[in-house]
Amino acid sequence: MLLSIEHVHKTYPGGRPVLQDVSLSLDHGQTLALTGESGSGKSTLLNLSAALDHFDAGEITLDGIALSGLDDSGRAGLRRKHVSLVFQQFNLIPSLTVAQNLSFHARLAGCHDPDWEAHLADRLGLSDLLSRFPERVSGGQQQRVAIGRAMAVRPKLLLADEPTGNLDETASAAVLDLMLSLVTESGTALLLVTHSQDIAGQLDRRVHLAGGRIQ
Amino acid sequence: MNVKALLIALLLLFPFGALAQGYAGLGGSAEGFETPQRDYTFDFPADHGPHPAYRIEWWYLTANLKGEDGKDYGIQWTLFRSALKPFETEGWQSPQIWMGHAAVTTPERHFFAERLSRGGVGQAGVVAEPFAAWIDEWRMSGPDFDTLSLTAHGLDFGYDLALNAQGPLVFHGDAGYSVKSADGQASYYYSQPFYAVEGTLHLPDRDVTVTGQAWLDREWSSQPLAEDQSGWDWFSLSFDTGEKLMGFRLRGDRQDYTAATWINADGSTRALPDGSASFTPLETAPVAGRDVPIRWNVALPEYDLDVEVEALIPDAWMGTRFEYWEGPVTVSGSHAGRGYLEMTGY
Amino acid sequence: MTAAIIQALTSHWRSHWLQLATLLIGIALATGLWSAVQAINAEARASYARANAQLALGQFDELRDPSGAIPLTHYADLRRAGWQVAAVLEGPYRIQGRTLRVLGVDMVAYPALPAITEAEAETDPADILTAPGRLLASAELATLLQAQADLPPVLITTELPPDVILTDIGVAETLLDAPGQISRLVVLPNQPRSVPPLSEIAPDLERISPASQVDTAQLTDSFHLNLTAFGMLSFAVGLFIVNGTVGLAFAQRRGMIRTLRALGVSMRRLVWLILAELTLLALIGGIIGLILGFFLAGALLPDVAATLRGLYGAPVTGQLTLQPAWALAGLGMALGGTLIASAQALWRLSRMPLLAGPSVQAWRGSGQGQRLAAYCGLALLVFGGLAYTTVGGLLGGFALLAGLLTGAALLLPLCLSIALNLCARRARGPVTQWVWADMRAQLPGLSLALMALLLALAANIGVGTMVSSFRLTFVGWLDQRLTSELYLTAESDQQGREITQWLEPQVTAILPIRNVELAHETGPLFLYGVVDDPTYRQYWPLIARTDDSWDQVMSGDAVLINEQLARRADLWPGDVLRLGPNHQLPVAGVYSDYGNPTGQAIVSMMQLDLIAPGQEARRFGIRLDPNRATELAQTLRERFGLAPQAVVQQAAMKAQSRAIFEKTFVVTSALNVLTLGVAGFAILTSLLTLWTQRLPQIAPVWALGLDRAQLARLELSRSAILAAMTACLALPLGLILAWVLLAVINVEAFGWRLPMYVFPWDWLVLFLLTLVAALAAAALPALRLLRLPPADLLRVFANER
Repeated sequence: MLLSIEHVHKTYPGGRPVLQDVSLSLDHGQTLALTGESGSGKSTLLNLSAALDHFDAGEITLDGIALSGLDDSGRAGLRRKHVSLVFQQFNLIPSLTVAQNLSFHARLAGCHDPDWEAHLADRLGLSDLLSRFPERVSGGQQQRVAIGRAMAVRPKLLLADEPTGNLDETASAAVLDLMLSLVTESGTALLLVTHSQDIAGQLDRRVHLAGGRIQ
Repeated sequence: MNVKALLIALLLLFPFGALAQGYAGLGGSAEGFETPQRDYTFDFPADHGPHPAYRIEWWYLTANLKGEDGKDYGIQWTLFRSALKPFETEGWQSPQIWMGHAAVTTPERHFFAERLSRGGVGQAGVVAEPFAAWIDEWRMSGPDFDTLSLTAHGLDFGYDLALNAQGPLVFHGDAGYSVKSADGQASYYYSQPFYAVEGTLHLPDRDVTVTGQAWLDREWSSQPLAEDQSGWDWFSLSFDTGEKLMGFRLRGDRQDYTAATWINADGSTRALPDGSASFTPLETAPVAGRDVPIRWNVALPEYDLDVEVEALIPDAWMGTRFEYWEGPVTVSGSHAGRGYLEMTGY
Repeated sequence: MTAAIIQALTSHWRSHWLQLATLLIGIALATGLWSAVQAINAEARASYARANAQLALGQFDELRDPSGAIPLTHYADLRRAGWQVAAVLEGPYRIQGRTLRVLGVDMVAYPALPAITEAEAETDPADILTAPGRLLASAELATLLQAQADLPPVLITTELPPDVILTDIGVAETLLDAPGQISRLVVLPNQPRSVPPLSEIAPDLERISPASQVDTAQLTDSFHLNLTAFGMLSFAVGLFIVNGTVGLAFAQRRGMIRTLRALGVSMRRLVWLILAELTLLALIGGIIGLILGFFLAGALLPDVAATLRGLYGAPVTGQLTLQPAWALAGLGMALGGTLIASAQALWRLSRMPLLAGPSVQAWRGSGQGQRLAAYCGLALLVFGGLAYTTVGGLLGGFALLAGLLTGAALLLPLCLSIALNLCARRARGPVTQWVWADMRAQLPGLSLALMALLLALAANIGVGTMVSSFRLTFVGWLDQRLTSELYLTAESDQQGREITQWLEPQVTAILPIRNVELAHETGPLFLYGVVDDPTYRQYWPLIARTDDSWDQVMSGDAVLINEQLARRADLWPGDVLRLGPNHQLPVAGVYSDYGNPTGQAIVSMMQLDLIAPGQEARRFGIRLDPNRATELAQTLRERFGLAPQAVVQQAAMKAQSRAIFEKTFVVTSALNVLTLGVAGFAILTSLLTLWTQRLPQIAPVWALGLDRAQLARLELSRSAILAAMTACLALPLGLILAWVLLAVINVEAFGWRLPMYVFPWDWLVLFLLTLVAALAAAALPALRLLRLPPADLLRVFANER
């Protein structure tokens, strides 16, 4: 099993529980849509899976590594090597060019492959934008860079949180199509957080969260 | 007000009494100084020289002059001596303070200057024989007291004159013992009112050759005026008849004190006691921010004298550190003539 | 409605009290340092004015006898020729090892002196003029004088400079034991119509116009300019803090302001209210600054006074009085400075569209601004250089300095940007690449603070180099000049003879020290007579000479002059120095004479007696076996009943000189440290301001696998690297500054040129100090980053901001 979430609880300090006894698993190559209302805990679950935040109880295992046993740098190492992330916004490092952003994660992870990155750039239609800075490209293009950067490490698991949430419908569809095809081609597993039933419908599985529990 | 102004005030306040109230501590007695005595026998030429044991002394010359241009002029040359202590010594330690005043009055303007010095350093002084009185480059000197040359310069004026006495010295009061108040304050006082003058006045725009008459007063004392006396009006008048009159009025809070000396053409005199002469202001003019009488009635019934005395110009103000009015006058009425008027304490 | 808006606006400060404190500290620091310097300057200038009012310096012509005292008869002669002159007798008077200046004036003839006006109110002028007379002195001096049994009664005055006793000339001649002598004659205004020329009455006197008299105010101008420059620098640096904090506060209040506007508050009203708020803050900060400045000035003033006295002989009290002028000026500066520092933030705010999205800093947008600033900087550099080459002089020197400093500051961002670019290009790893790129992104926000750092560092290096060079030169010079093992002052010429007779058989040499004060067109000139002794030939430090300088001097054919005189009068070997109406000698050499404000010349003892006969011979340098110095000093004191300070050993003399020297630059060092501290604080505030914009930069990197500890470390190193780069650029700037100070300003201001020494060790210390300051400044943001909850970072990615 690539990702297994077992009985995870999460409460933010001073708030009500965000996740209660959530269990979920995702196998290699699988795509899964995580849906739910705003505040249902779906982004939190994704963040926990990416080792971006701590959970209070239960266990998450990623590619055989139990997250609860990791310290801050262990988590950082896990993020570097084992997962790729695409967020709704501010994915890119503003001070680096598109090209630098595209290869940043791969170089960080030690799997820099210029040919592969060139291929990705080509696939994502970014070849002409490589020397630009993120703020000088459109929102859709920014998200495509983020996807390119994520795929450049040939990740086993791609975690995406509303990757098209800030885009208009056309751009959104295009970006999603590209992401799904790249994921499929490379056999990458995908955990996608979305509130759109349409988008969720394009994925292998769908899990609905409400009030911090899986329905 | 600096130390000099104070000095001047000190110096002048004794005879004039204008600021007597503020210096009560120094009034009354004259600590260590000698005081004038009746029946003094003058010793000349020595008495033309200074008397450092007395607190205050002056050589006071005024002259009524006529210019080649036919205009009336007046000049003043005064050397005051004031002793802080009743002795003289060489160097800066000298307690004698000297002050010179010089003035020229024309029908248009009044010029004046002032000089200060202390004794002991040679900057100012008086020597009896051969006679010389000086402060800085101002000088009144000659082989003797009857033959003098006189010079003084201010910023924009000056004069060089020659004086020749045509008559004897004249003694005021009781043979030179001149009483200044009902309480008995007195000074030694004599004059030489018979100088014939010729010479040159230097004015900013011209030099004028002049001739005329001068009157030199010598007076020394140690006593201030009576406490209530606020100033004086002093007249020296020369009538066309050759007769002359010296008269003064000391203005007191309680009463005025007057005295006069009638001088005949031959130099014989008669002292006139308090109340004999009357001095009445007829008209005042604003001068230097105050009202100063510039036209007077002077009456001396005993000599059938009833004249009007009028200033040549009202603005004969001596704006020196201690201020007073001193200027030439013309006389009309029962007698005609010219003279000088001094008014202090206005 | 206004009340509600004010409540909303002020609520920000309640939750950001630290920010409020920073803002007030910034204003207070700027105002405080500025007003401290101003207060010091005002106090010193007031002292000069007092002194000049007393001494009638710079107002009237003076008559002096180049060969010494004027006899009293000259005074009477001049007066009786119509010259309106006033006599002055002055000289040193020693009480308990302290040298005072007795100023005896003819109080009957002298122009009105304020001190006398003040004192006369309580005294009878007859007392001042007649024995025993009165002494006028400051309250502090009065206590000392009153303790002396044989002195006249003392009148206390506030109008006199310290260390001056004013009295009537009659009292002074007794005090100074100079009966019938006059030091100078003041030519009073209002001379009569015509007076005979001086050459007819007193041909041996020289008339000196006020322009050529040494005017303390003019002499010390450069020193005050120096202080003012430091004050300005501190002020500017303080404003950087204000600028940073206000920028941060405005950025944080954007949301609130947007809301207020959405609720119908006009921008106009908001701007006015914020202006009012800033004014209030400026006034509060300004008042705190004034208090700070007052105490700072009070603490520094004694040292400044010591400096001014030591360097220029300028009389300055060590006491500070509150003068409304500088207090008001300080408040004005606080207000003006705050508004200038906030103008940009306020302008941006007023132009903010109602519905602007969350602010994404256009971080590279300032590339153009950088270039513009750089052009301005270049222009300023050129301007400074041109001003120096064309105008020259002290003014040109300062123009060069100003152009250099501001120009370099404006060039800094571009230089740093280029350097960072180069580094980024050479960077291999993704993290290093990011760090360089990120630093470049941060640069516009930090550049003001870095400019402040650059200026502070350059000033530190420049002034430090100057002071250290001066110290090194001074100490070396001191070793050369103070060669005698003992320095002795006898009570009288007679005793001097007795002592030398007794000493002669038992010491190597006795070097009489005799001098006379002459008048030279450039000011007072002290002429020293020396006997021929190898000591002079070996040790006297000459900076310009002829082959046989000493032979010429000793044979009475030439004169040596000090550097001050050489530069002021432009006299060098071969030129001729006039020492009086009948005396002139060729200059055989020029010697350095640090710390001396006046001109000096050396002739043979024989020549001195010719030029100014009868000068006292009471002081001697004694050469002997150093080991015997202490013993002999003691014997001398006992045998001749000399006071302890009448026999001084070389070591004590040197120690004293060095102590004075060190005191001289205490102010400079204090201001140096303060400026550096303020610059560090400016970096801190800038970093805090940038903090809000940091999260979007950091969050993606964190998400991609850098932990917070790494990020915090990077944050620290970024600050250190920028500071280090700035420091590297500051080094050449500081050295140029030092050169300008030593070779241009010093020559103009003090009359001597100093060799420049470099002190790499000091630079290293300063460099480390800079790193510490930068790390300290970055510590708070780094710590914040370390403790930042992941949720805060994650929020960047969600659309909830």
